[in-house]
Amino acid sequence: MASLLSRFCRKLALPGSAHGSRMTSTTACGSETVKSLNLYSAINQALHIALETDPRSYVFGEDVGFGGVFRCTTGLAERFGKNRVFNTPLCEQGIVGFGIGLAAMGNRAVVEIQVADYIYPAFDQIVNEAAKFRYRSGNQFNCGGLTIRAPYGAVGHGGHYHSQSPEAFFCHVPGIKVVIPRSPREAKGLLLSSIRDPNPVVFFEPKWLYRQAVEEVPEHDYMIPLSQAEIIREGSDITLVGWGAQLTVMEQACLDAEKEGISCELIDLKTLLPWDKETVEASVKKTGRLLISHEAPITGGFGAEISATILERCFLKLEAPVSRVCGLDTPFPLVFEPFYMPTKNKASSSSSLSSPSKTHIF
Amino acid sequence: MALSRLSSRSTTLLQPFATTSLLRRRHISTDTTPITVETSLPFTSHLISPPSRAVETSSQELLSFFRDMALMRRMEIAADSLYKAKLIRGFCHLYDGQEAVAIGMEAAITKRDAIITSYRDHCTFLGRGGGLFEAFSELMGRTTGCSKGKGGSMHFYKKDASFYGGHGIVGAQAPLGCGLAFAQKYSKEEAVSFTLYGDGAANQGQLFEALNIAALWDLPAVLVCENNHYGMGTAEWRSAKSPAYFKRGDYVPGLKVDGMDALAVKQACKFAKEHALKNGPIILEMDTYRYHGHSMSDPGSTYRTRDEISGVRQVRDPIDRVRKLIIAHDIATEKELKDMEKEVRKEVDAAVAQAKESPIPEPSELFSNIYVKGFGAESFGADRKELRATLP
Repeated sequence: MASLLSRFCRKLALPGSAHGSRMTSTTACGSETVKSLNLYSAINQALHIALETDPRSYVFGEDVGFGGVFRCTTGLAERFGKNRVFNTPLCEQGIVGFGIGLAAMGNRAVVEIQVADYIYPAFDQIVNEAAKFRYRSGNQFNCGGLTIRAPYGAVGHGGHYHSQSPEAFFCHVPGIKVVIPRSPREAKGLLLSSIRDPNPVVFFEPKWLYRQAVEEVPEHDYMIPLSQAEIIREGSDITLVGWGAQLTVMEQACLDAEKEGISCELIDLKTLLPWDKETVEASVKKTGRLLISHEAPITGGFGAEISATILERCFLKLEAPVSRVCGLDTPFPLVFEPFYMPTKNKASSSSSLSSPSKTHIF
Repeated sequence: MALSRLSSRSTTLLQPFATTSLLRRRHISTDTTPITVETSLPFTSHLISPPSRAVETSSQELLSFFRDMALMRRMEIAADSLYKAKLIRGFCHLYDGQEAVAIGMEAAITKRDAIITSYRDHCTFLGRGGGLFEAFSELMGRTTGCSKGKGGSMHFYKKDASFYGGHGIVGAQAPLGCGLAFAQKYSKEEAVSFTLYGDGAANQGQLFEALNIAALWDLPAVLVCENNHYGMGTAEWRSAKSPAYFKRGDYVPGLKVDGMDALAVKQACKFAKEHALKNGPIILEMDTYRYHGHSMSDPGSTYRTRDEISGVRQVRDPIDRVRKLIIAHDIATEKELKDMEKEVRKEVDAAVAQAKESPIPEPSELFSNIYVKGFGAESFGADRKELRATLP
């Protein structure tokens, strides 16, 4: 399997996997076995463990039975049976509503939305039913066992409806959590935490990395805490914040900036709601500059929330305006995808990342 | 069966009069003398009396059916090759096998009747009068495409033919179609809207919302379920409690039609249009089949056997059915039809070649048509300082 993977998957140097980064997550100690896995295999492993450790957990969605269109659910139906791993008809609203009901009875419902672009029919269920269940019932009921997994983000040729990053819509909803992993090892730990977290979680998986990202993933059951950001690259001149596949792009920008003598601190937010304000604040107070990057369109993107919060907390320490290198304010285009995307060149040429002597403070 | 009787009669006629039959045969493609043909199967209906199996057609119509379906078939096959050559990117959902639905529908309606469908829309576009060059250009993302290269395979539109496209999200076009019907009724246009969706989409909640609205307000909406029996890779019996999609309307009448028989489709659509104009919505379930997989990323053989696919191709292929009818009615010879297919192939190849030469849209088109010119916002790029573009 490893040789097959190395033949077919272009290995990406994942942020945090080399370059002597400080790991704050609870990862494997030297004695545990690790295996080279890509993102969909890591997620698959997490699902196997989740179903194994809790007999009242279920995985369902469109086409999950045969393994799913991205292979994330391979082997689950065979191992745990069709009563626990099953296909649903094509009806996102129905699927999520059904998951909320199942979770309300104390079960762990792991719902797969085939592609995040299709999540909108279920938006009402997530926002109005799932997020507010515990609150409006005075804690009598809750759907904490609900986890919604959806592949998100650009894939190179996805066009309008296979490339969207809808995380900002969900970050605006108190009552749910939004989690986005950056790599296979992170994905497994974060997914297990999300499934076991007693709150409904929306888990976005960067589909570009399903096959492209390969990493050593511990084989045992481990969890990575939610709402804890990680500094995956230490620096002193500027803080960069991102999540998911975008971190790979940002790390390239960091390497380019190093050549010009700019020391970059790169932070993986991991959980967007509720997000780790303290880590980002501490970093910006140290560096004095912040650059946020995400694939979603810039206006109203989650970068705006981070920018506003940091401005409130770090105003006197900031040496330059917070900059955001994001997708353009257009529907996700088909032929124009390369222009739309927040590439490393856009990040590198943004005023914050150019040499400090050139930066103008307005 | 009517078909076999006719074919045996004509072979005995042809033999002794080999040369004179050339003179006696009706002139190809212009004869409109009515011919009556029976549909392959009787219609099954729900809450309504079905139309008659006897369909009126003509030599001209049958030949145009043949040519147009052959054109559609060729276009889809050419699209297959272009996708494999990476000239078409994104996604590509092919319609070959289902041509009779598009063709039969067009024969029964006018360009003032609206059609709205899902992402499997290339042939529907052609049926509405769309050109091959616009189609291939759009597939390859060129400016000369019907949506200026910005839509791609799933988003073909043609305003002057009331073709409302081309929708990526499954089932989302259903309430839209009912909205179109409402507008037509309000303007007293004596036109109807055909809303096409698949067996997979039939399980979306919005379908039922659309049905209820259409029935409540007596909208001239014809909801057409193109049942090709597979929602991506899921067979209908695995996703639907009741795969009798024509009955799903409950209080809305329905008709089940052999979607591989262009004449049956024509009869059903004609019937449906008359019904919708007078009585409100009706569901048509077209029993059809797609030879390709769901899209070009799907081989189409992991959830169904190759025998099943070739079986349908041998017994129910829509183009072969019309071919046999044409030969049986002595409208054209096998050779003439083959020549027509060759001609069609050349036409498709020429359109592909021309489309390949077409330019890609200008980068500024990335920002155009998001809002109406002058009413939008500035679009920001990387840092709110670079790539500032005012939306045209």
